[in-house]
Amino acid sequence: MTLRRITSLTAVTLSVALAAACAKGTSSAEEPKSSYNPQATLSGNLSIMGFGGDDEIGQVRLAEAKKALGSGVKVSQVKGDLDIQQFLSAVASGQPPEIVYANRDQIGTFASRGAIVPLTSCIKGEGIDTSAFRKPALDQVTFAGDVYGIPEFNVVQITQANSDLLSKAGLTIDDVNGSSWDAVTAANKKLAKTNGGKLSVIGFDSKLPEFLPLWAKANGADLLSADGKKAQLNDPKVVEALQFAVGIYDAQGGFSKVKAFRDSADFFGKGNQFATGVLGAMPMEQWYVNVLNDVSPDAPMGFDTVRGKDGKPIAFASGSAWAIPKGSKNAQAACRFAKAMTQTESWVKAAQERVNLRQKENKVFTGLLTGNAKADEEVRKLVKPSGDAKWDSAVEKTYAANDATFSLPANPADAEFKTAWQDAVNRVLNGQQKPQEALDQAQKEAQKALDAAWAEWDKK
Amino acid sequence: MRRGETRAAWLFISPWVIGFLVFTAYPVFYTAYLSLTDYDVINDPSFVGLENFRTLLEDPKVALALRNTAVFVLLSVPAQLLVSLFLALLLNWAGRASGFFRTAFFLPKMTPPVAVGILLLLLFNGQSGLINRVLSSVGIEGPAWTTDPTWVKPGLVMMSLWTVGGSVVILLAALRSVPQELYDAARVDGAGWWRQTWNVTVPMISGALFFVFIVDTIHAFQSFTEAYTAYFGSGNTTYSNDAALFYAIYLFQQAFQFLHMGYASALAWVLFVVIMLVTLVQFRVSKRFVFYEGEQR
Repeated sequence: MTLRRITSLTAVTLSVALAAACAKGTSSAEEPKSSYNPQATLSGNLSIMGFGGDDEIGQVRLAEAKKALGSGVKVSQVKGDLDIQQFLSAVASGQPPEIVYANRDQIGTFASRGAIVPLTSCIKGEGIDTSAFRKPALDQVTFAGDVYGIPEFNVVQITQANSDLLSKAGLTIDDVNGSSWDAVTAANKKLAKTNGGKLSVIGFDSKLPEFLPLWAKANGADLLSADGKKAQLNDPKVVEALQFAVGIYDAQGGFSKVKAFRDSADFFGKGNQFATGVLGAMPMEQWYVNVLNDVSPDAPMGFDTVRGKDGKPIAFASGSAWAIPKGSKNAQAACRFAKAMTQTESWVKAAQERVNLRQKENKVFTGLLTGNAKADEEVRKLVKPSGDAKWDSAVEKTYAANDATFSLPANPADAEFKTAWQDAVNRVLNGQQKPQEALDQAQKEAQKALDAAWAEWDKK
Repeated sequence: MRRGETRAAWLFISPWVIGFLVFTAYPVFYTAYLSLTDYDVINDPSFVGLENFRTLLEDPKVALALRNTAVFVLLSVPAQLLVSLFLALLLNWAGRASGFFRTAFFLPKMTPPVAVGILLLLLFNGQSGLINRVLSSVGIEGPAWTTDPTWVKPGLVMMSLWTVGGSVVILLAALRSVPQELYDAARVDGAGWWRQTWNVTVPMISGALFFVFIVDTIHAFQSFTEAYTAYFGSGNTTYSNDAALFYAIYLFQQAFQFLHMGYASALAWVLFVVIMLVTLVQFRVSKRFVFYEGEQR
């Protein structure tokens, strides 16, 4: 290699390394110095990231929001679920969308890294009524004392069961709603059936790993302390909850058999497990009621809330929220947009549109759950008796669950925290560890991640 | 004249050179820099020296991911090599009909890896999957391929055979270039099919076999999409399986789920070094087994 070539190569290498070293991110996020005023005439662009909203509930509210923004604001959408990498890269490069639609459990992570801004001035200036929001939903978007997101939809779980299978086994919905774990265990044994060594009916599906927080709460424990700083994964009550929920699978030949059978079902079609009589009961998100009502309206269904050991309804709330990214070039429009999308009037108009459409299709309107309690109350008034007791019961239990929600608080290491406990549950389900050992390991992993993330936050 | 030609050559290759510098060289150098920093995409990278590499040595999941990946490489590469050689020999023997089968074998290669991941879950379902139904028809009770940690990697290895079509085409081309006289001479000396294959075919296509071996090894070390789709990222389920945690999957989790870009860059460089060392060993060993026509030894 000649000296000239070596020099050229070195120059290229150094320039690339220098460019790399000079690459900049952003500094910590502060609330933009915008003056928020509900009467102000707005202009400019508003690009939205992470919002699909193609159905009537999304479209009607979008139209309401555009009306609230006025003709001076040009709204554009980057459709589809939020791509975190795309969003963070956009923020880091100084070209963020004006507003972002995210899962509420992502808000703490975004806030701690300065990717989104606190909404204190926005809420005050635009007059967003936060008292209307459900506390668990608001807690999920409140990080280090500041609100960073405006809650949107709410998702809760209810007990869903095949009433024919229950009655044939001499059981009722009370035996599978979780109020007595002994009753659930006994019902599971009665309902489960095998044929030639293969499972032919799943008695009860405890829906692990995802519903560990629900079973833990039913047993009186939270996975994370209220301030979001201390993992409580190896709390004896959490361990007991995991033992119970895994025991449900063990009694049916093990998780492998249940999962293989569950995976082979036509979950969203006419051949779903309830319609074909191959599943006794399970806790499941409320949206599945709509699926069942659509594809198998005659399925013999029974519903109740999930209940804690004290017999009271309980549900783990999750859902979405609107947030304003750091560097948003039109924070005023973003704030008004978030307000309009989540205010009671918009939800009611959207719900009315759905009622009309369902009537046309001769189908039941099963309600709508949001993070806004007042909106839920108004929308519920639009729900009329369907003439089919089981679907009316589903609606009633869904609203009861929505009034009894809990959530995990916002924290800066949500992804690591979630991975730690889910991996632990999976190790138990895969037969690699016992519940205590798995949760002890998860506790260490989760606490390490939380400590590191909070330490980073404290430095800012 | 010569300077003019040189300038023209640079002009013609400049799109590639610019693309290489911007999209390959720059990111490679940048990850080298990032591996020495704490970086979460949003905030400025802060220099932490070799801290990421120290953390990496103590991270039990790195050891687990490396172990999983090594087992996958050791099982999948020989399996792919043998199956693709077998299929190539069959096609070579098939004569005229080989055109159709060559296309048929290559088609699965065109399947998107995400679809292959989903297909894996369907084919290897413990209760209703085709594999266990076939096993059960001959009186064997199949394992829980998708949940039992002992069987997860063998399932993934079997699924990796779905895409051997590319290697088959390369080996078939090599087989077609083996001079017929060598077989004639071997036959005159009394060699049967097996002796001809072992003493003529394999040495004569050893260059192509080595190429496939190297490419498959690198590909196996970087294995990601199929296992990720099947065990870490499909649908709304939160089920996952440690046995399928390959190194590239753990790297992806650190970078894009936990936003530890600095740590993920360090992981990427370790993988690069591992692959480079393995490839160097393969090249060294190959000198004893690979025959190139016209090579002076």
